[in-house]
Amino acid sequence: MNKSFKRYLSTIVISLAFIAFIVFFPAWRDKAVTSIFFQTKTMLLVIPPIFILLGLFDVWIPREKMTRYMGTGSGFKGTGLAFLLGSFAAGPLYGAFPFAAVLMKKGASFTNILIFIGAWSTTKIPMLLFEMAALGKRFALSRLAIDIVGIIIIAGAIKLAVPKKEMTRLYDQAEQID
Amino acid sequence: METILLYGIAALALFFSLIKDKQKTKTALKKAWKAFEGILPQFINVLFFVATVLAIVDTATISRVLGSGSGFLGIIGASLIGAITLIPGFVAFPAAAALLHNGAGATQVAAFVSSLMMVGVVTLPMEIKYFGKRVAILRNVLAWLFSILAAFFVGWVVML
Repeated sequence: MNKSFKRYLSTIVISLAFIAFIVFFPAWRDKAVTSIFFQTKTMLLVIPPIFILLGLFDVWIPREKMTRYMGTGSGFKGTGLAFLLGSFAAGPLYGAFPFAAVLMKKGASFTNILIFIGAWSTTKIPMLLFEMAALGKRFALSRLAIDIVGIIIIAGAIKLAVPKKEMTRLYDQAEQID
Repeated sequence: METILLYGIAALALFFSLIKDKQKTKTALKKAWKAFEGILPQFINVLFFVATVLAIVDTATISRVLGSGSGFLGIIGASLIGAITLIPGFVAFPAAAALLHNGAGATQVAAFVSSLMMVGVVTLPMEIKYFGKRVAILRNVLAWLFSILAAFFVGWVVML
């Protein structure tokens, strides 16, 4: 079987399932179609700058620097940096995953990677300002505070729960990214 | 607004990179394209998932669950809805604010907001591609459990 056909096999199956869904459930059809256009638009809008930054990051940031600042021995500085990187990011969480893979490739520690993903998901600064305006300072800031605690706990728990072998596999996989 | 900022930063970075080294910039753009193409099938899958979920669970449904469901069940419901939906903040926050003003509990709204941000059931295919099943599922389960805890905290602070 053709390699790219194999890669897109799940996509073909899922798109057929989607077509079946809108055919058999006409009540949801309009919303589903509107939604897919809206989501595609968002993705197409957000994706180019994220991937361009990712490419530039990969080319310009030397591995030794990354390992020193965010590697296993980087301590609080590394954690802080992971939080900062994630908090200044923009765009939905799915943008964080390819970026995290590049950080892994460059030698950032697994805990810091998880913190980066956590920060990207919940402590983004532009979003926080918006949240404060909409839901109030008390709501937004207390949510931020507790979620920062949560990000650290979750990162630690995953690090402890995932066997070394799996972690090595993930790093090897990230290494393959060209 | 966020997107404009993102484009500004990317353009600036690209500009400086071009000045410094044309060849390296070319490589960077090639890498960017390769990384994108590598995840494209999962991206498209996620698009279909999101569209299907958002067709079934629309804003009206979310309002119903968050507005009527009080107590612990309401919190669980709110966090589950947050976990399976993928809505940008600029849509979710005003909706959540409207709910708060109409009498929904802060704890329920916080459960929704927290799990909306931290948990991504529909984006799991992408997360698994980079982090494997084990890490991806574990992260989402832990984040979901934590979002309930966070909700109680936020609810308590808002009540103070």
